[in-house]
Amino acid sequence: MGEEQLLQEKIQQICASPGASNFGDVLVVGGGISGIQAALDLATAGFKVYMVEKAPSIGGHMAQLDKTFPTNDCSM
Amino acid sequence: MQYPDVFNQEISLNKAVHIYFPQAIPLVAYIDESCLYLKENKCQICVGVCKNNAIDLKQAPVTKDLNVGAVILAAGFEPYDPKVRAEYHYGEFQNVITSMDFERLLSSTGPYSGEILRTSDKKHPHKLAWIQCVGSRQVIEGGNSYCSAVCCTYAQKHVILTKDHDADAECTIFHNDIRSYGKDFERFYDRTNNLPGVRFIRSYTSIVKEDPVTKNVTIRYSTPDDGVKEEEFDMVVLSIGLNPPVGAQETAQKFGIELTAHQYCKLNPANPMETNRRGIFVSGGFQGPIDIPESVFSASGAGSQIGELLDYRRGKLSIERVYPEERDVSAEEPRIGVFVCHCGANIGRVVNVPDTVEYCKTLPYVVHAQEQLFSCATNSAKEITDVTKEKGLNRVVVAACSLRTLEPLFRDTVREAGINQYYFEMPNIREHNSWVHSKEKEVATEKARDLIRMGVARACSLEALQEFELPVNKAALVVGGGVAGMSCSLSIANQGHEVYLLEKDSDLGGITRRVHSTLDGMDVQEYLQDLKRKIYQHPLIHVYTNAVITDATGYVGNFVTTVKSSRGVAEIKHGAAVIAIGADLSTPDEYLYGEDDRVMTHLELEERIHAGDEKVANAESVVMIQCVGCRNEDRNYCSRICCSESIKNALKLKEINPEMDIYILFRDVRTYGLKEDYYREAASKDIRFIRYEENDKPVVEPGESDEGKPVLKVTVTDFVLGNKIELDADVLALAAAIVPSEETNKLAGQFKVVLSPDGFFKEAHVKLRPVEFNTEGVYLCGLAHYPKFLQETINQAYGAAGRVLTLLSHDIVIASGSVCQVDEKKCMGCGACASVCTYGSLAVQETRQGKKVTVNPVLCKGCGLCNAKCPTGAIQLKHFTDDQITSQIDAMVAE
Repeated sequence: MGEEQLLQEKIQQICASPGASNFGDVLVVGGGISGIQAALDLATAGFKVYMVEKAPSIGGHMAQLDKTFPTNDCSM
Repeated sequence: MQYPDVFNQEISLNKAVHIYFPQAIPLVAYIDESCLYLKENKCQICVGVCKNNAIDLKQAPVTKDLNVGAVILAAGFEPYDPKVRAEYHYGEFQNVITSMDFERLLSSTGPYSGEILRTSDKKHPHKLAWIQCVGSRQVIEGGNSYCSAVCCTYAQKHVILTKDHDADAECTIFHNDIRSYGKDFERFYDRTNNLPGVRFIRSYTSIVKEDPVTKNVTIRYSTPDDGVKEEEFDMVVLSIGLNPPVGAQETAQKFGIELTAHQYCKLNPANPMETNRRGIFVSGGFQGPIDIPESVFSASGAGSQIGELLDYRRGKLSIERVYPEERDVSAEEPRIGVFVCHCGANIGRVVNVPDTVEYCKTLPYVVHAQEQLFSCATNSAKEITDVTKEKGLNRVVVAACSLRTLEPLFRDTVREAGINQYYFEMPNIREHNSWVHSKEKEVATEKARDLIRMGVARACSLEALQEFELPVNKAALVVGGGVAGMSCSLSIANQGHEVYLLEKDSDLGGITRRVHSTLDGMDVQEYLQDLKRKIYQHPLIHVYTNAVITDATGYVGNFVTTVKSSRGVAEIKHGAAVIAIGADLSTPDEYLYGEDDRVMTHLELEERIHAGDEKVANAESVVMIQCVGCRNEDRNYCSRICCSESIKNALKLKEINPEMDIYILFRDVRTYGLKEDYYREAASKDIRFIRYEENDKPVVEPGESDEGKPVLKVTVTDFVLGNKIELDADVLALAAAIVPSEETNKLAGQFKVVLSPDGFFKEAHVKLRPVEFNTEGVYLCGLAHYPKFLQETINQAYGAAGRVLTLLSHDIVIASGSVCQVDEKKCMGCGACASVCTYGSLAVQETRQGKKVTVNPVLCKGCGLCNAKCPTGAIQLKHFTDDQITSQIDAMVAE
């Protein structure tokens, strides 16, 4: 029991030490394909995400593309 | 008043108040800076017209304070603006356009609804030219010295799509090196090159003039055979490169991060998602010029690192999504709604959609049919939900594109309307119809009717299915203890999950144990030792060396893998598996490798340089041959890293002895992205690059130098001088191909995952799901996916960890309801089905009625193999039952 507790404590330490503040939300700057992926992953994994995008829509440059190489899938 | 539409690259016009593009999210109108009121304080017509009083022209920006624990900078890139160089005549000659302009021309939502038209006369161009490296690989004012990494392949895509629009089009690509270094890119290049009427010309170009009448554009170029030539084209596309995002400096200042000389984010070489400021991460184009898959997995990777940082806050702020209660419609007669998608002009230009909708209304049980511009747009999806509720629909048919990408979205839409999601059917009238029959409009319309009629027939016999909730084992198994496997393990474990890390060797490190430095000067061995130490010290990571997987069973969330290792035999239970087994270096079978000890691979050369080998250090002349064992018929891919590896070795040798003669015999120098700067450095240090062609390879023979010293004689054709030259080499380094690991096939079978044509593991989607397999719960990173650099591997390893966490952070996972069931009355217990099931979901059991097959539904992946095998039709796959399929066939042949 004591050993397990120690282990748990160590895990807690490792996991908690980098985040000194108590803010759990995440800001994603940019709503292109990279920002969208990051936001989706983080939200799915249990975080609240704020996304800021300068254009009127998310999608970035990828939304302007017709198809993507090398499969020529629809970019949208 | 109309103004140039920014989304359409200012080729078409739009009003000041408009919707950004048809599939915009959020799909709401907005007012841009061209508004007369904003500019000159007049007009305001929109305010009066809007019935919902939605317009408030006095709205001012609002500042909002957010407290966040971490930030991801995914600021992207900015396309290069060729206007900064007058010689491109962009904006001056009407038929000189950029590749971004061309994307919009190709797009069905573009300025001409997907028609490629010239700006000058709105006619179809037949003779098109692409000029590569516009703004890239240029050390000139206004240009970028680096390679933009994506232009070679997107130009090839443009050619294929142009030929799709007009089979007779003549397409010419003026290029420098062709850099098809990515997965399946070499095949894509071949595909383009083999199209009729396509020319690849290796030449610098200049745009000479525009014909005042025809507005055609003349390009000057040169070929070794014909010398300098001028040729006229109907349209010239500038393959513009990537610039850092607009406002990079401002962003850097705001967030307190550093930029590189190229104005991209300055990265930690050992962790390219990390900025110099703790808690601020970077992903995508702001890392440097990269392609979509790298943008995607670096995002997942940055996400994973945030997970490490903020794990203690996970789940405390997010909200679970709630769906309306499902209506039981099993006793109702079918009430079908059909939604026919135009897909902009993708379908609408070929298929007569309004007629098709009218036809749908005549089909049995169809109570509603309508067209939609884009069924996938948020407003359309909402419309489907609303109509379903209003009209009491109990089946929904969306005739649109491939269900592979959009079925999840529409199932969700149906769920929102309170209908079981399996009451949804999706005839594909785009890939299966309008795209392949684009020249046969009437026949395509007929076919669309047939496909929809079949879909409606199937919809009638669909049944509501329940999905399974499976518990998730919180541990992960990582196969492969190289940098990819270790980085991935570390990130998963740092988020509180137990990790079992398997390594087939007796020591961790993989192929990186043989690598000593990177081009940008990182000490790889120091990094590796540090990584290994972190792995061994982590209380949640269990390392199994000399490990062999003897058996792998189970399914997403609940895998059981049996491992024989130095720890003995262990049965490991885990919820997710990551395949990171790396790749091997091929053994060359040419150029005297293995016969003469002066011949070595590029990696062996690196090791010998590092070990201070005197033969290498004292060599007067070193020759390196690129593309040994790849970019050929047997291995039709580029190993991606060898050009940079050879240049790295060459630069090291020049450090040791600046007088050393170094020759690199190459086919295309593929120092893509920021590595281009090192190619330039090498050239400036008198490292000589000589191009050869695949059908005229260098010849290596032992011989003597003029001074009588024994050397290797390397003979190669010089295309610039047009003659054979002979080089004396003391050391010959071969850029040997990187090949899939020996274990690949066995592991693919064990984890039920598939391989690409070149034998590397095949990801679920090349762009959007680059670190996972179609087999749920199994992920991928590192060289097992494709050859790549250390930094790319680290990005991808963290990316895989990020994806693993989207699974392991949940207590349950949902499994499909489309699984097999057995009609025991018909089953005669022959076991034919069980013998073909690769998932082990079927078992023959003794019952009172004799032998019968039972299904473990959570193991069933719905592949349907057993259905085909069953001699009595006793086993059926739900959602694809015989009744459902025969109803489709009957509907097809009925008319």
